[in-house]
Amino acid sequence: MTILIDKKNQVAEKIQPKGFLRYFSFSLDHKVIGIQYLVCGFLFYLVGGTLASAIRIELTSPMSDFMPRDVYNQVLTLHGTIMIFLWIVPVVNGAFGNYLIPFYVGARDMAFPRLNAVAFWLIPPSGLMLITSYFIDGAAQAGWTAYPPLSITTPQSGQIVWILSVLLLGGSSIFGGINFIATILKLRRPGLKLMQLPMYCWAMLGTSILVVLSTPVLAGTLILLSFDIVANTGFFNPVLGGNVVVYQHLFWFYSHPAVYIMVLPAFGLVSEILPIHCRKALFGYRTMVFSIMGIVVLGLVVWAHHMFTSGTPPWMRLFFTIATAFIAVPTGIKFFNWVATMWGGKISINSAMLFSCGFIINFVFGGITGVALAQVPFDIHVHDTYFVVAHFHYIVYGGSVFVIFSSIYHWFPKVTGKLLDEKLGMLHFALTFIGFNLCFAPQHWLGLNGMPRRVAEYDPQFQFVNQISSLGALFMAISTIPFLINIFLSIKNGKKAGDNPWRALTPEWLTSSPPPVENWKGEAPLVTEPYGYGNDLKDNKEFL
Amino acid sequence: MTTINPKKLENSSKENNLHHEDFRLFGLITFLIADGMTFAGFFAAYLTYKAVNPLPDGAIYELELPIPTINTILLLISSATFHKAGKALLKKNNFESQKWLLITSVLGITFLICQLFEYFHLPFGLTDNLFASTFYALTGFHGLHVTLGTLMILIILWQTRIDGGRVSYKNMFPFEAVELYWHFVDGIWVILFIILYLL
Repeated sequence: MTILIDKKNQVAEKIQPKGFLRYFSFSLDHKVIGIQYLVCGFLFYLVGGTLASAIRIELTSPMSDFMPRDVYNQVLTLHGTIMIFLWIVPVVNGAFGNYLIPFYVGARDMAFPRLNAVAFWLIPPSGLMLITSYFIDGAAQAGWTAYPPLSITTPQSGQIVWILSVLLLGGSSIFGGINFIATILKLRRPGLKLMQLPMYCWAMLGTSILVVLSTPVLAGTLILLSFDIVANTGFFNPVLGGNVVVYQHLFWFYSHPAVYIMVLPAFGLVSEILPIHCRKALFGYRTMVFSIMGIVVLGLVVWAHHMFTSGTPPWMRLFFTIATAFIAVPTGIKFFNWVATMWGGKISINSAMLFSCGFIINFVFGGITGVALAQVPFDIHVHDTYFVVAHFHYIVYGGSVFVIFSSIYHWFPKVTGKLLDEKLGMLHFALTFIGFNLCFAPQHWLGLNGMPRRVAEYDPQFQFVNQISSLGALFMAISTIPFLINIFLSIKNGKKAGDNPWRALTPEWLTSSPPPVENWKGEAPLVTEPYGYGNDLKDNKEFL
Repeated sequence: MTTINPKKLENSSKENNLHHEDFRLFGLITFLIADGMTFAGFFAAYLTYKAVNPLPDGAIYELELPIPTINTILLLISSATFHKAGKALLKKNNFESQKWLLITSVLGITFLICQLFEYFHLPFGLTDNLFASTFYALTGFHGLHVTLGTLMILIILWQTRIDGGRVSYKNMFPFEAVELYWHFVDGIWVILFIILYLL
């Protein structure tokens, strides 16, 4: 059976508004949906960032004087949930995935355009619901992990809104995952083989497999948790004979893969950006593919390393320690492949490249502390301290968020046809990089010395280091200003970029910038070597 | 070695970009895998509870077997009748197909009635103990699936009508999708029956 996609799209085109308004419509165009994801995610990032600033202001003094303790708990819960479910996951998956994957597979749209639009439009309402729960009866207070019995005993309406909101976001992410798997496996241009795809496709394939396999488990768990709160059942309530550790197992069965859902697409994006700005082919394509798939398989069987202090039996500790340590192998392969890609290349220093290099530096640091945390004796020592906070932020901020900024600098000319200003971009990078390391590197020390996380008050001996950390957070907050100025100025009167400012060979650059509605005026080009830089350049003069 | 040669491509068939195969079923299978993982999570929770959480003294958790056994047979037969309906539709016999679909939906509704009958005659309620809560969560979540499936069968049944129906041998997808979903729900019930009632 066949479907005439052209007819469908023509109809869609007639119905949909043109120009700026289309970003506020139920558009089926994957490029519009990608930008919707990105801008929506960035707005939530600003909210989550404001909450993070509030946390850092509170922590400049050992007493809880900036806000009451229960408000502090709400703020940290909202900060975690917003940053994970409304900023990083939708942006590294939804935004860049929707914008780039159809180009990379040589298609005119995603496999299921309507499902795609539904997946996006689930996000703004659930995000707003989450934020507004603060004004009703107080937001959830149990952290983004919502561990019972804490989540059962704290004020409940906020927790229920939190559960509803995360369920909707989980649904959105499953719909997205189904769409990506179908697009990458089924919608490829005839003649394009899987092993010829750009690396981001592989990263998204792996991520989507993780999303489809693990997100439903979280959904089921949260449904049980909501029964505990609303219907007075005892699944996770020890008073009623329930078992809190079962919640932790089920929760981390999703939430450990969630770390890979946040960071694997970032790996893919970096693998796209580095070769272009180093003018060299991506080093070790095959090993990259196998290490992504290795991370997917291993990522599903390491969840209990979050629970070494939850009374896990010794055999379980041993198994999960070893499995976690094994993940360092594929990750290390990827790290060395990136370095080897840069090695001897003609590196151009621009904002996109700087953010990617920043990612590599931060990520290797976060990776090393990750391997350390997998070891049971060390983990028990620093469990639930600021060491974990520092490690986690090195992965998701130093990793994913740096890549998001790098990608924005890299693909901004594609979306708008204008270049971003490099000077403001480098200022943005310098402020972010210095601020980030100033903020989170001292937290390793705090954690090793026993400062617990998620507590508004702390021992006065930690005050000085906390103030350094807050100073770093101030830098990070300021760094958003040059970025926003840059975006607005460049959209209005940035330098014209031309169709292919980076002289790239990946398919999205082989059409006009911004691209036409159906991606290509004629046939989609068959790109069998997306990384054919270096010696082959002479043969491709027409594109350079 | 050239990597991109658009000139060659102009000669290639333009059909390829206009048509593509139907992969809605592929998407549905991916969704059902996701749905199956939700059940897997519930089963894992149930089995863990059974292994590590002893029930309080005097808790009743013995289940009667007759009704669930009848239910299992009902669902298995309904899978077969749905299959029959599909075969009839392929032979362009819409009326025959509708007949089999009607039987399938009646079997689904009977299943739900039996399930409710069992609920009302069980010696424990939702919040009595951990086993009771898990029992109702698992069977309830499955019952929700059966309800949705039955509703979809009724819609398909209406759409298979000869004048004006949108489902025919030319447009089998809605039919195939519901059939796949129904077989999935049956398969889950068999696993649920073994784990919850027999183990």
